[in-house]
Amino acid sequence: MEFPKDLRYSKTHEWIRYTEGKARIGISAFAVSAEQLGDITLVELPEVGQSFAANEPFGNIESVKSVSEIYAPFAGKVVAINAELDDSPELLNESPYEGGWLLEMEPDDAADMENLLDAAAYTALVASEA
Amino acid sequence: MSKAPTKVTQGLLHCERPIFAASVPGRSGASLPTLDVPEPAADAWPAALRRASTPHLPEVSEPQVVRHYTRLSQWNFSIDTGMYPLGSCTMKHNPRVADVAVGMGEFARLHPYQPESQLQGALQLLWELEQMLAAVGGFSRVSLQPAAGAHGELAGLMMIRAYHTDRGQTRRRVLIPDSAHGTNPASCTLNGFEAVQLETSADGTLSPDTVRAALDDEVAAIMITNPNTLGIFEKHVAEIAEMVRGAGGLIYMDGANLNAIMGRFRPGDVGVDAMHYNLHKTFGTPHGGGGPGAGPVGVSERLVPFLPVPTVNRSKEGFTLDYGRPKSVGRLRSFFGNFGVLLRAYVYMRELGAPGLARVTDLAVLNANYVRARIRDFVHVPHPDMCMHEVVANDQNLRSTGATTMDVAKRLIDHGFHPPTVYFPLVVHGAMMIEPTETETPDELDAFIEALRSVVEEAHKQPEQLKSAPHVTGIGRLDEARAARKPHLRYQPAGEDES
Amino acid sequence: MRYLPHTESDIARMLRVIGAESIDSLFEAIPEPLRHQGALDLPPALSEGELLRLMGELGAKNRPPSSSHLVFTGGGVYPHHIPAAVDALSLRGEFSTAYTPYQPELSQGTLMGIFEFQTMVCELFGTEFANASMYDGASATAEAVLMARRLTRRRHAILAHTLHPEYRQTCETYVAGLDTADDESLQGCPATPSGQIDLEALEAALSDEVACVVVQTPNFFGVLEDLRPAAQLAHDAGALLVAVVNEPLALALLEAPAAMGADIVVGDGTGLCTQPTLGAPGVGLFGTSGKKALRAMPGRLAGETVDGQGRPGYVLTLSTREQHIRRDKATSNICTNHGLYALRFAIHLALLGREGFVQLAQLNLAKATYAREELKAKGFSLLFPDASHFNEFAVRVPSGDACEVLARTEKAGVTCGIPLARFYPEHQDGLLIALNEMHRREDIDRLVHTLATEGGQP
Repeated sequence: MEFPKDLRYSKTHEWIRYTEGKARIGISAFAVSAEQLGDITLVELPEVGQSFAANEPFGNIESVKSVSEIYAPFAGKVVAINAELDDSPELLNESPYEGGWLLEMEPDDAADMENLLDAAAYTALVASEA
Repeated sequence: MSKAPTKVTQGLLHCERPIFAASVPGRSGASLPTLDVPEPAADAWPAALRRASTPHLPEVSEPQVVRHYTRLSQWNFSIDTGMYPLGSCTMKHNPRVADVAVGMGEFARLHPYQPESQLQGALQLLWELEQMLAAVGGFSRVSLQPAAGAHGELAGLMMIRAYHTDRGQTRRRVLIPDSAHGTNPASCTLNGFEAVQLETSADGTLSPDTVRAALDDEVAAIMITNPNTLGIFEKHVAEIAEMVRGAGGLIYMDGANLNAIMGRFRPGDVGVDAMHYNLHKTFGTPHGGGGPGAGPVGVSERLVPFLPVPTVNRSKEGFTLDYGRPKSVGRLRSFFGNFGVLLRAYVYMRELGAPGLARVTDLAVLNANYVRARIRDFVHVPHPDMCMHEVVANDQNLRSTGATTMDVAKRLIDHGFHPPTVYFPLVVHGAMMIEPTETETPDELDAFIEALRSVVEEAHKQPEQLKSAPHVTGIGRLDEARAARKPHLRYQPAGEDES
Repeated sequence: MRYLPHTESDIARMLRVIGAESIDSLFEAIPEPLRHQGALDLPPALSEGELLRLMGELGAKNRPPSSSHLVFTGGGVYPHHIPAAVDALSLRGEFSTAYTPYQPELSQGTLMGIFEFQTMVCELFGTEFANASMYDGASATAEAVLMARRLTRRRHAILAHTLHPEYRQTCETYVAGLDTADDESLQGCPATPSGQIDLEALEAALSDEVACVVVQTPNFFGVLEDLRPAAQLAHDAGALLVAVVNEPLALALLEAPAAMGADIVVGDGTGLCTQPTLGAPGVGLFGTSGKKALRAMPGRLAGETVDGQGRPGYVLTLSTREQHIRRDKATSNICTNHGLYALRFAIHLALLGREGFVQLAQLNLAKATYAREELKAKGFSLLFPDASHFNEFAVRVPSGDACEVLARTEKAGVTCGIPLARFYPEHQDGLLIALNEMHRREDIDRLVHTLATEGGQP
C-alpha cells in the first residue's frame, strides 16, 4: 500500500498535512481499509477550541463492527472540524486524504511536526502490522 | 429509502411489508366489551392533557394480523426448525409442557400486588426453584430477581462491591480473562470497577501465574467463565480461587456454560462466591428471538447478606417475600423476577431430576466432542484436545482461499443449518464456536459435519459460492453500513420516506 | 428421557469416533478432587402427566382473580384482555425458539417484528426513536437516568416522589456503583396536595449538577401529570426530562410525553402484552429523540436497509453502542431485550388498531370514573380529589387503616386494591384501586358495596 509523500503520519494511523501554523488531520487509507476498520459509519469529533496533549484520544470512529479512538498526533488546539462527516461518514472510506479529513489543529510547538513519520517510515510501519 | 419490492410472494417466499403498509382507515381486529357504565364527560381532563393526534397504529383485521405474523414467523430460523449450534448460547430443545404450565390461569392471572396469602403456590415454586438451583451450583442461596444473564452478572458484581464496602474497603479492579463475554467488562464499568484483562495461556486456560502477577489489594474480584469460551475447563480454578481469596478478593463465575458441568462440578464447592445461571440456556426456556430470559445469581455464605430484595422465605405460616435485608444491594427491577421464565425452568428441572440433568451434561459434552473429533480433518481446531460442551474452530486453513469465517457461516445457511457463533471468542482469529447441545441426534450432527465439510471444500474450489451466500434465503446479505450511516428505525408511510 | 435422543449404541459409536473409553473419560479435564461425587440433591424426575398434576396442585394454592374473586390491583401492572391470536402467534416456535437475530438472513421475521414494535412505541411516546425493548419499566427508568448522566455529563437526578417506589429503588441500585458514599446522586421531589410534582420544590432542587428530572404519568397514585412545566424547569437548568409511563394505554388519550417536552420516555407495556403472571416477564419501553441521544441510548435497535439486489430487509444496527463491541465503554450492559414480549405487544396493538386502542382506553377511563363516582356517592373521599385520573385512583378508607380493610374485603372475595402504606407510610388510609375493561358494572358495584360495608367508619 502506498501513502501520499507530502503528508506526515502517526503510529496510530493519523495523517497530518502541516501548512503555516495549522495542521489538517485525517486517518490513513490503511486504517479505513476493509481489513482494518472497514465501512465507517460515525465520526465523533471534539469541539473547536478544545486542547489536547500529544497521544490523547480526541474522538471516536465507528464502523459497522468496531469502534476506535483517534489520537492527537501532537499537542495543540482544535481550530476547525469537518462538519461534512456528520452526514457523510463514508467520506473517510471514499476520500481519506481529501474530503474525509477530520479536523485542523494548531500545534503548541511547530517543531513537533518533525517528530512525525514520513511516508517511507509509515509504509514500513504498516508493512509490519499487516 | 428502499423501493417497494417488485416481486410478489412466490410459493413459500413471502414478500411481506411491515403491517402498517396494509393499514386501511376504519378496519380493526379489536374485540371490545360494550360500555356498561356511563360515558365519562368529554371535559373530564383539562384540554392541555388531551392527546392532539391519536397514535398511528395499523388498521387491519384479525385475519390480516394472523397471516402477517405467521408469514414473518416463516422468515425465521429457530431451534424448532433446525440445528442451531451457536456457541455459548446453548440452543437446545424447549419443552412444550412449559408452555402449558405457564399458561395455566392459576399462575398467569396472578397480579404481583395481590396479598402474599393469595400467592402461596407461586412463592412455593420460587422457593423450591431456589433450592434446586443452589443444589446444582453448590451455593448457599440464589436470587431469582435478575431478568437476564447480564443482569445477574450486574447483581453479582454489586454484591461483591457491597461486600468490600461493608468491610471498609474500596477495591477498584476486577480481573477478567481475554476470552470473556463482552458483558463482563460492561458490568464492571456499571459498578465503578476497572476491568483488568488477563491473557489466556497457550493451552487455552488461565494460568495461576498470570493471576498472581495481577493480584494486589486493589483487586475486588476475578471473573471467570468455566468452562471458558474456548470450551475448555479451567483446571486451575481451585488454585486461582484460593489465591484471589488470599489476597482479599472474591470469585465471580459466569455461568453461561453451566450445561457442560451439571452433576460433574459445582462451582460453589471450589469457593466461587457468585455465579449467574442462564435459565434460557441451561434450563430449556425459550430464547424468544432475544429474550426474555432469566439470570438468577447464586452466592456463597459471605454474600448472602447482600442479596437483592426481595427473597422468598419459608416459615411455619407459609412463604413470604423478605424485603427487610439491611445490607442488600437493593432492588434490581420491579416485582419478583421474570416469573414466567422461572416457572418454565422449574418445570424443566422437575421433569429431569438429578439423573436427567447429569445426563444432559454428559450428552452435551459427548455431542461437542463428536463434532470436534470429526471436523478436525478439514478445519483447524486450535485446541484439539478434549473439549467440554463446545468446540472452537477457526479460519486458519481457509486463508489461502479468500473465503472468511463469515462466508462459511453464510454458506452453511444454504445447507439448512444456523451458523455457529462467529468471531468469538476474540482470542481466536476468525473463530467459529460450535455448541451442538444434547438434544441433537447423532444423525443431525453427521449432517452438520458433512455440510461444514462441503462448505470448506467449496471454499478451496469455488470461493465465490461462499462469498455470495446465502443463496436460498428470501434475502441476501444486507448492507449494514447503510443501516448504520442513515439509521431508518421506524416505519414511515409511503411518500414520507427520507429518500 | 424424552428430550435426549441417544441410544446406547449411538453413545458407543460416538465414543469410538472420539477415541474415548467412556463418558466419564470425557470429563478428565476436571481435576479429580474438584469433581462432584454422587447425585445432585434434587426432587425425583416426573413424567409430563405427573408434572402437570404437580403444577395443578401448586396452582391451587394461589388465588388468582376470577369472577368469584375480584381483584382491583394495578401499581405498575394493569391487566387487560389479551386476544387469543397474541398467544397463538407468539407461541409459534419460529418466534419463541429463535435466538437474537445476529444472522439477519435467518431472522427477518424477528427483525421486522422489532421494527414494527419500535414504530408503535414511537407513535405512543411521540419520540423519534425507540429501542427493541428493555427488561421492564423499572430497569428502563434506571437506564434512562444513566443515559441522561452520559448525555449531560452531570451526575444528579431528581426523582418525583410519585414515581413508582420500586422504580425509585431500582434507580438507587443502579447508580450505587457509580457514586461514592458522600455523593448521593439521587434526590426526591415531593408532590403537591393535588398529587402532582411540586414545581416550586423542583425549581429549588435543580442545579447545574442535575442531569435529569424523572416524572411518571399517570403517576403512582394514578394522577395525570402535565409534563410541560417540569420540562421547562428542567431544560432551563440544562437538565433533561425523563417521562415514565407504565400504563401506555393511557397514551391513547393523554398527550404524548415527548410532545409535552420529555427528552427520554420510558415505560412498561406488560399489561398490554401478557396476562400479569406475577408481574413478569413483560416488556420495558424506551424512546428518545435526536441523533446524539440515539447514540447514547441503551439496548438493541433494528433498522431497515437493503441487500445486494436492492431488496428491503432488516438488521440489528448501531450495535457499536453495545457491550459485545464496546465492552467496558458500552452504554449499558443490557444484552437481551424482551423480544418475544415486544412482539406480543406489537401483535396486540396491531389487532386493536388506531381506533380500537382509543376505544379500549375510553372503556378503562369510563370504568374507573364510574367506580370513583360511586365511591364518592357512598361517602368515600379521594386522596387527590382535584386530580385527573385514567384507570387508577386512590381513596381514603374511613377506618384509617387500609391494610386492615383489605384483609376484610379479601375474605368477602374482593381484593380491592393496594394499601398505599406498603410504599407510603404517610398514607395509612390510602387504597390504590385500578380498573380495566374486563371489570363489569356489577363487579364495580360489588367493589363499592364491599368497601362501604367493610371500609369501617372512623
